[in-house]
Amino acid sequence: MTDGKIRIIVAKPGLDGHDRGAKVVARALRDAGFEVIYTGLHQTPEMIANAAIQEDADAVGLSILSGAHMTLLPRLLDLLRQKGGGEIVVFAGGIIPEEDIPPLRAAGVSEIFLPGASLDAIVRWVREHVKPHGVKA
Amino acid sequence: MVDPKKIEELRQARRQWEATTLGESLEQQPERTPRFSTLSDLEISRVYAPDDLPAFDPARDLGLPGEYPFTRGIHPTMYRRRLWTMRQFAGFGSPEDSNRRFHYLLEQGQTGLSVAFDMPTLMGYDSDHARAQGEVGREGVAVDTLEDMEILFRGLPLDRITTSMTINAPANVLLAMYVAAAERAGYRRDQLGGTTQTDMLKEFIAQKEWIVPPRPSMRLIQDMLAFGTRELPRWNIISISGYHIREAGATAVQELAFTLADGIAYVQAGLDAGLDIDQFAPRLSFFFDCHNNFFEEIAKFRAARRLWARIMRERFRAKSPRAWWLRFHTQTAGVSLTAQQAQNNVVRVTLQALAAVLGGTQSLHTNSMDETYALPTEEAVMVALRTQQIIAYESGVTHTVDPLGGSYVLEALTNRVEAEAEAYIRKIDDLGGMVRAVELGYPQREIAEASYRYQQQLERKEKIIVGINEFAAPDVQPIAVLRIDPEVERRQIDRLRRVRAARDARQVQRALDTLRRAGERADNTMDRVVDCVRASATVGEICDVFRSIYGEYKEPAII
Repeated sequence: MTDGKIRIIVAKPGLDGHDRGAKVVARALRDAGFEVIYTGLHQTPEMIANAAIQEDADAVGLSILSGAHMTLLPRLLDLLRQKGGGEIVVFAGGIIPEEDIPPLRAAGVSEIFLPGASLDAIVRWVREHVKPHGVKA
Repeated sequence: MVDPKKIEELRQARRQWEATTLGESLEQQPERTPRFSTLSDLEISRVYAPDDLPAFDPARDLGLPGEYPFTRGIHPTMYRRRLWTMRQFAGFGSPEDSNRRFHYLLEQGQTGLSVAFDMPTLMGYDSDHARAQGEVGREGVAVDTLEDMEILFRGLPLDRITTSMTINAPANVLLAMYVAAAERAGYRRDQLGGTTQTDMLKEFIAQKEWIVPPRPSMRLIQDMLAFGTRELPRWNIISISGYHIREAGATAVQELAFTLADGIAYVQAGLDAGLDIDQFAPRLSFFFDCHNNFFEEIAKFRAARRLWARIMRERFRAKSPRAWWLRFHTQTAGVSLTAQQAQNNVVRVTLQALAAVLGGTQSLHTNSMDETYALPTEEAVMVALRTQQIIAYESGVTHTVDPLGGSYVLEALTNRVEAEAEAYIRKIDDLGGMVRAVELGYPQREIAEASYRYQQQLERKEKIIVGINEFAAPDVQPIAVLRIDPEVERRQIDRLRRVRAARDARQVQRALDTLRRAGERADNTMDRVVDCVRASATVGEICDVFRSIYGEYKEPAII
């Protein structure tokens, strides 16, 4: 992006409709000065990957509370790599059991925020780990 | 009512107290914070006295239990006659898994069933649909065909228990399956007691599992109301739900107001379908959340009963007192549970359950301590059920009706919650009613605002959650978590394919075609849905008929 502003897609993969967390985090990121695009609910990994590529996103933040994270998150990361978006930083939050965290990280999820994570912690993490397009992290 | 002269004397005394006793105390040490407020941010005064309730008329505002406006409870004897129904929401994995859990819960003394369905079922997709991958049996039980429903309720005494089903967009399909499964097991329709949630307005507002847009959704609900009134005398067709509205971040006032405004829309829909209000309204029931702020929650329940009684009697002119009753189920607030120091959740649930009982609930689900991780384990469910039993049998709060009635703070808060909810209901009336308000995104935006405000209060520590923004402990004691075997999805898909292969395909097609014609013509669709499920049509196939007639709902993505 020419203005150097970080662009983040906030997405809800899967069928669960619990969007309070996604919306609150999206607003907090926007209030912190990032450019935020919220995809809305019930997104397939394909829809999210396409949105990330089309919007030229620097990062994708995923909120998932349905228990389907082990299926949907690795697939999204695969799709991003296939579509040339392998550089896009992917982070996630939601109901994710501890033992699922190492395999998700191995699949390429950079950070996982668990219930109780503060908005401040999420914003700080994004500032530190996501750089605008073309800038080396 | 308190004599105006007495009120003046009391005010005089209070001013005196403020100048002397209070003044000296504050001078020695100020209060901990300049402002005390409920979880929903209603300001709470230092002390409440009769002069805070100058217009309070116990005869008009409270009445006696079992009498209009039912502030103190809908039954004259409340828990002295019969305790609330202890109804733990359950459902996971395959129909066999959930059936075993239901038998277990009944053996432990639970008195009603409450079924959780998985996400694909809630959205009207079959287990082998592309969008169902990874979701089958995860957040509830997977049901695709009548055969699954028969397995789910196998061996359960459907004439002696009541069954509540948390199902909304495809509620017509699951109700048809329940009726058909019960009839195959030898029960009559008039023996079946229970509830389908069927509250689509709160889906659009908060829970967000939908199929077709709001207006056709309301039409399908009208069909269910007509069918239920005609065929199922013991069934509550709609459970008007504030729970999900609250969990999505609404305040207590918003929860109450939006729920009752939804109720108004359903009553209007029943009237528009030509039904008699005194026949169908008694079988509308409600479902509320119970969050952490003790007095605010009790006030909410009491205000709810009073407001609904007035709405039904004065606005809709219902004549039967049963149509004035607000009967409700309560679930403790899932959103209040913390993953950190999860054992603390037992204490939160206890306080919330106590508030629900003091608020006069008809049935109660207590959350399990481990539900921020996954669906609960059997051990955690046991503690949650025992919590209810300890309140019921040991605490003594059940011995008298509305034990906190007359408490100055509680009556003041009941009035405040009621007045603020009424203001919201007027606003929604002005927008043209709840269906229109939902189309405009009004309640959705109000809730998003409230939830963002609350999160900011947490960040600033204006609100405290023990173990989160205060008293955090670095090492979390891991607790056992229920894992869903990934094999469940494969086995469920296998069974679905077996059923599809074995059924009479032409009969299925005929049933679906007849349903389509009923839907296109505005004939009642419910009997046709029953025919479809009997022919072993799947949840997805039946919902596809509705999708093709009415289109699929898409929510504008607003943050």
